[in-house]
Amino acid sequence: MTASLSWFHYAAPQTFYGLAGRLWPWVAALATLLGAVGLWIGFAVAPTDFQQGEGYRIIFVHVPASWMSMIIYLAMAFWSVLLLVFNTRLSGMMTRALAPTGAIFAFLSLWTGALWGKPMWGAWWVWDARLTSELILFFLYLGYIALTSAIDDTRRADRAGALIAIVGAINVPIIYFSVKWWNTLHQGASVSLTRAPSMAQIMLWGMLLMALAFWLYAIALVLYRVRTLILQREAHTAWVQALPEVAA
Amino acid sequence: MRWESWAEFWAMGGYGFYVWGSMVVTALLMALEVWQARMARREALRQVQAQRALDALAQDKETDPS
Repeated sequence: MTASLSWFHYAAPQTFYGLAGRLWPWVAALATLLGAVGLWIGFAVAPTDFQQGEGYRIIFVHVPASWMSMIIYLAMAFWSVLLLVFNTRLSGMMTRALAPTGAIFAFLSLWTGALWGKPMWGAWWVWDARLTSELILFFLYLGYIALTSAIDDTRRADRAGALIAIVGAINVPIIYFSVKWWNTLHQGASVSLTRAPSMAQIMLWGMLLMALAFWLYAIALVLYRVRTLILQREAHTAWVQALPEVAA
Repeated sequence: MRWESWAEFWAMGGYGFYVWGSMVVTALLMALEVWQARMARREALRQVQAQRALDALAQDKETDPS
């Protein structure tokens, strides 16, 4: 009981504004640190790949960006369910704050994938299951952003967006399992929970560090962006107008 | 360190265009996103200030209808 009470307490915009403000600088600092170490391992320590030469180093941004594009969409779906079930004010704002970062990661997944595909497969793009479903994910992000910004009524926009986020989430497992379900040019999973990773230990460490850095980057940005959304939506309230950053 | 020279590092064994094309665009988009988020916050703070000035004006009119 007390636990659930405290959850709703933190979900109140006023409390969350302060909490997010205290958290994001630390998360951002940690993201920078891990990103620096990840890049060091990826570019200075990890050896040349025996098949792909130095070209494989694209993996250090491609895989983390692709993972994040899927994770962020699932996070949006999660907040959307909370919005539709509990109708908490924070849920809609969290979903909106996540969307731009997710869209950027989806784009980066496609972009770095194209730059990797060209030298290794001889094609920037092929209409195979993995690539096509990731492209659909990118369009889902754009659709969410376009829809929510086209509706003036904030609550209606949030609810309409929540539907896209939830329905579109079916695409995420399709992306993930596409390399198993269909014959595809795209290689299988680099990391799996059930078997040993198909790459050298040090390369794996570099990639995991980069993934963690991207994850923290996303969290820091979402916390920062949700504060902006709270300011916009609560601009008329006494507590927002009394904030020191407003007075200045 | 596994590179003999900077030139070798930038060349990436012939994959320079693809590797750096990935890294640079990733860094650029992230920088752009951070910059955009900062601008959005600044704009939101300006709007709150405007709203506060408006509310203060409305309150003045209520208390002093002259």
